[in-house]
Amino acid sequence: MLRDAALVCGKDLRIEMRSRVTLNQVVPFAAVVMLLFGLALGPDRRVLVPAASGLFWVAVLFSSVLAVQRSFALESADDAREGLRLSGLDPAGVFLGKAGAVLAELVVLEVLLAMAMALLYGAHLAGVPVLAASAVLASLGLAAVGILYGAAASGLRVRETLLPLLFLPVVAPVLLAATKAWNLALAGTPDRADGWLSVLGVFAVLYLAIGTVAFGSLMEDR
Amino acid sequence: MTAVAEALSQPEGSISALSETSGRAALALRVTGTLAVVGVVATAWLGLFVTPNDVNMGDLVRLLYIHPPMAWVAFVAYGIASLSSLLYLWPRTRHPRFDRMAGASAETGVVFTGLTLVTGSIWGRPTWGVWWTWDPLLTTTALLFVLYLGYLALRRVPGDSEAVAKRAAVASLVAFVDVPIVYFSVSWWRSLHQAPTVDLTGRHLYVHGSMAWTLLLGFVSFTLVYAWLVGHRYRLSTLRQREADECLTAAVAERQQEGQS
Repeated sequence: MLRDAALVCGKDLRIEMRSRVTLNQVVPFAAVVMLLFGLALGPDRRVLVPAASGLFWVAVLFSSVLAVQRSFALESADDAREGLRLSGLDPAGVFLGKAGAVLAELVVLEVLLAMAMALLYGAHLAGVPVLAASAVLASLGLAAVGILYGAAASGLRVRETLLPLLFLPVVAPVLLAATKAWNLALAGTPDRADGWLSVLGVFAVLYLAIGTVAFGSLMEDR
Repeated sequence: MTAVAEALSQPEGSISALSETSGRAALALRVTGTLAVVGVVATAWLGLFVTPNDVNMGDLVRLLYIHPPMAWVAFVAYGIASLSSLLYLWPRTRHPRFDRMAGASAETGVVFTGLTLVTGSIWGRPTWGVWWTWDPLLTTTALLFVLYLGYLALRRVPGDSEAVAKRAAVASLVAFVDVPIVYFSVSWWRSLHQAPTVDLTGRHLYVHGSMAWTLLLGFVSFTLVYAWLVGHRYRLSTLRQREADECLTAAVAERQQEGQS
């Protein structure tokens, strides 16, 4: 299963390395969202700094919808999905591999976006270990739910409009917990963020487990 | 609201169509429907005219006879929908009837969640002074509403019926697991803020005598309404599936005849 996961993850990341769609389109999109939030809230730093982590995570949530859509657009070209099904790879491995690739993309996006946040909103990046830990755990949860729903919506004509409606309400706790963890870390009290980190961890583990078990029935007959 | 409208808009024809399939089920459905209507009318009459005002809440207390029963029905509906989805996903118990049950129950659940939110807001405005507050229970209910709206949207996408059922079952499971996490994280989020928390039950409310009976009747009759609506939705989706199957058979036979002539 893990070998299959590594294969699928490597394949998705290699396609990304060659096409650079996430880097050239999703990351700039996230930056635009951050810029628009700045315009909506005005230039006042007293407003922007407390809101910074919330805005950051909303931008990440929107971008993860695009990353998931991209992940399944790869499979729809040239009927690659059929190839994946016929390859005999373990469905759980395919799920973990695709989630792993999205996780890697999201982490890169978050690093770049955090720099944009510090730059645009004047937020001082403190408590970096907590920031990094919560970012990885949150991205894991986002990737797991995203791949699960992405598979459910893939191949449907209405997938572009359906995926955000399915995905965003489910990841609401991720937004909440990650924002709180980042707020605490940025405020200089990273040791109080432990509870929120465990919320993120439980969320990620639960949805990775559901995905590993249920992905098979989504990949079957279509 | 479409579920209610559709279920209500076909009174006679639907029952005669049902009696063709199974007379006992039709009778049970008809009895449930009659009892539900009588129960709701009685609840309304008792709640509006017979029961006294509350000392603190005044006439507002009358909303209490319908709001908790609606919320109860909504949660029961999601519970049944998730259980049916689980039974569908489990290979040994996989049967289309569980998929239809999940769809019918979730649809009714969304209607009752909407009603819960509306009645809750109407009650909250004079009591708390705001239409909405970020209370864990309210926030979870609102998220449930959008989660299952998405689920219903996914169900409505046409396709091979087995693939649709599997997608829907997985989505239902994903949504159901989310509910406790949302509730827990929102209540924790709230408890860390210094904002005044709202006591959901309002001020001290003494439920006694005719009020208790009216509330109990409300719970019973709204549960009957739920059973009635789900029964109709279930029957409708069964008939729809049969119609699709028969149309396909007829079309195949027609093409074969064309080939022979």
